[in-house]
Amino acid sequence: MLEIKNLHARIEGEEVEILKGINLTINKGEKHAIMGPNGGGKSTLSKVIAGHPAYEVTDGEVLFNGENILEMDPEERARLGVFLAFQYPVEVPGVSNATFLRQAYNSIQKSKGGEELDPLEFDDYIREQLKVVEMDPAFLDRAVNTGFSGGEKKRNEILQMAVLQPLLSVLDETDSGLDIDALRIVADGINKLFTPEKAVLMITHYQRMLNYIEPDFVHVLVKGKIVKSGGKELALELEERGYDWILADVHTNGAVK
Amino acid sequence: MSDTQTIDKMVSQPYKYGFVTEIEYDEFPKGLNEDVVREIWKRRGEPEFMLEFRLKAYRNWLKMEEPMNWPNLDIKPIKYDEITYYSAPKIKKQLNSLDEVDPVLLETYEKLGIPLSEQKRLANVAVDAVFDSVSVATTFREKLKEAGVIFCSISEALKEYPELVQKYLGSVVPSNDNFFAALNSAVFSDGSFVFVPKGVKCPMELNTYFRINNEESGQFERTLIVAEEYASVSYLEGCTAPQFSTNLLHAAVVELVALDHADIKYSTVQNWYAGDEEGNGGIYNFVTKRGICKGDFAKISWTQVETGSAITWKYPSVILKGDNSIGEFYSVALTNKMQQADTGTKMIHLGKNTSSTIISKGISAGKSNNSYRGLVKIGPKATGSRNYSQCDSMLIGNNCGAHTFPYIQQQNSKSSIEHEATTSRVGEDQIFYLQQRGLSEEDAISMIINGFCKDVFAELPMEFAVEAQKLLGIKLEGSVG
Ligand SMILES: Nc1ncnc2c1ncn2[C@@H]1O[C@H](COP(=O)(O)OP(=O)(O)OP(=O)(O)O)[C@@H](O)[C@H]1O
Ligand SMILES: [Mg+2]
Repeated sequence: MLEIKNLHARIEGEEVEILKGINLTINKGEKHAIMGPNGGGKSTLSKVIAGHPAYEVTDGEVLFNGENILEMDPEERARLGVFLAFQYPVEVPGVSNATFLRQAYNSIQKSKGGEELDPLEFDDYIREQLKVVEMDPAFLDRAVNTGFSGGEKKRNEILQMAVLQPLLSVLDETDSGLDIDALRIVADGINKLFTPEKAVLMITHYQRMLNYIEPDFVHVLVKGKIVKSGGKELALELEERGYDWILADVHTNGAVK
Repeated sequence: MSDTQTIDKMVSQPYKYGFVTEIEYDEFPKGLNEDVVREIWKRRGEPEFMLEFRLKAYRNWLKMEEPMNWPNLDIKPIKYDEITYYSAPKIKKQLNSLDEVDPVLLETYEKLGIPLSEQKRLANVAVDAVFDSVSVATTFREKLKEAGVIFCSISEALKEYPELVQKYLGSVVPSNDNFFAALNSAVFSDGSFVFVPKGVKCPMELNTYFRINNEESGQFERTLIVAEEYASVSYLEGCTAPQFSTNLLHAAVVELVALDHADIKYSTVQNWYAGDEEGNGGIYNFVTKRGICKGDFAKISWTQVETGSAITWKYPSVILKGDNSIGEFYSVALTNKMQQADTGTKMIHLGKNTSSTIISKGISAGKSNNSYRGLVKIGPKATGSRNYSQCDSMLIGNNCGAHTFPYIQQQNSKSSIEHEATTSRVGEDQIFYLQQRGLSEEDAISMIINGFCKDVFAELPMEFAVEAQKLLGIKLEGSVG
């Protein structure tokens, strides 16, 4: 579904690269996790996949279902089925969550030639989706993320995922900020939304999320490179040993496999 | 009567139907002096008192200083002796089909979602029987007549209801009020007159659209709206479609009079040509708008969406004379490219227990400059009066400016004034967030801006609000990133 080949990227107009040759393949039906120290480039990778204008791709390719998406606007990628749950969701004052979600849903439907929903139809639809993440309907009338607590914002991200039904979901630290019960509810929701036709890329620092959503692959991203990949047991090992041993290996041998 | 006499008589008649072309041939001198003012009065065939009115205004104007040293506006000099102060009512060139209309204009109509019939009217294309706007206007007029509401052009009103006009014209904005009001009073061309008699609720929204038909409204518009006791009316001015003009200066005057328990709501959407990227060729829009709540429990509400013009200089105000009267000002002012806006309101509390609300939303993009300037004055007798003001600015990009100048004069200690202000910035991250959810950049910006302006749009009549929302999106296209 997603093929990233030798991806290099930097901030538009700056010299230093943040991503220094990322290679990653995600097939449909797979769940991947990316872990790694702060500042390694995990969020940058997620934003480059989604097409954030602040980043400039200097080399490499990103293919989504065989199609190069790097030249596409962010909304075109979204309409193909790429979804990013943000590490820091953005507030949009004065715009109700319901209005925002309906417009987002309809613009994606429209691009697919699917059926657009009027406010009443959409209300029925979204009430079903609210159940996926056990969210209070009162949040529909509130302005997008405005005044939401950290955890509420994260839950709202997954509500959007439920509404938009993307093929590839990149979840950037969705677990951080969620309380113990909320984490379980949100993780359950993500599992419910998963089908063999879809794929998930989770960015996280902790094993706790992966206890609920079992990854098929775990990757370690350090200083702009994926330096180690493995199965779900790699995450457990990292939880126990930290990153020092990997960093030491990187120093002496270059990337380890 | 001999033939020559007949012809003379016909030619010297004030403008009527077929004589338009003839009037266009005869040249009117440029510049302004007393003879010119007299000639305007004569050609317009106005009643006697108007000559006095216009001359007095002209003499005041001569003594006044052009307010060109405003701290926040950069104004190129206006050559008053280059302006032709009288133009015969022009009939716009009529086209046979939309194919003859400038494609750029059509594209804008398309984006605004203006229905085809309406597009034709705006572009002055002859309409077919089904969408005949004339018949719509006619039924409209009949309904109003039944209700006893007068709605006509001010020149018509001067002929049909001279006493009414004389009673109220200049009673809210005296001709010595300011430089541009004085100029307007001396030379005004045309505009609307509305009179809603005692106890009548105007049965529909009044829209200039039904009055202007195919005449150009002119450079110096004059509007007068009077609502008698317990009367109410909602009036819409302007449209979202871009308006072009060959005149640099537009100086309109609008006066509103609300008697006891009367209610006037005045909504404007302004989209005059703003000039090119360098700011060349745009219109200077210097408007004096003021209403008086003359009676107790009267209410006047201004709602404006200002998006056009090179320079906007405009402070719709309310004088709260009657006890318990209410004044409101809801404003969205958007500037982009090289546009400048200095706009706001004045709320003058004179009566007891009067209250006013000011909600101002300024949006600046490009290299534009947007200022809110407002005065809240609570006079010594206005015990128990209240004002609430909220002035928010939004910046798009790093080259624009937003400023807030609230002036407060509180002369009664048993009154309250509350002022809040915020400044925020539309960020790349906000737009990216919405695009990531499938919205186009254009839709993302309009969503953010409409959220910001929500409280003002809520005051606009429904269809107007929808169009205004789209308009802001179009105005900001390409201004981010
Ligand atoms: N827009 C930006 N402006 C300046 N620096 C940036 C920007 N985006 C990323 N960086 C820098 O690039 C590096 C990678 O940042 P990124 O957010 O991708 O890290 P991360 O792996 O997600 O870290 P964390 O685990 O703390 O979320 C950091 O050093 C960060 O400061
Ligand atoms: Mg991050």
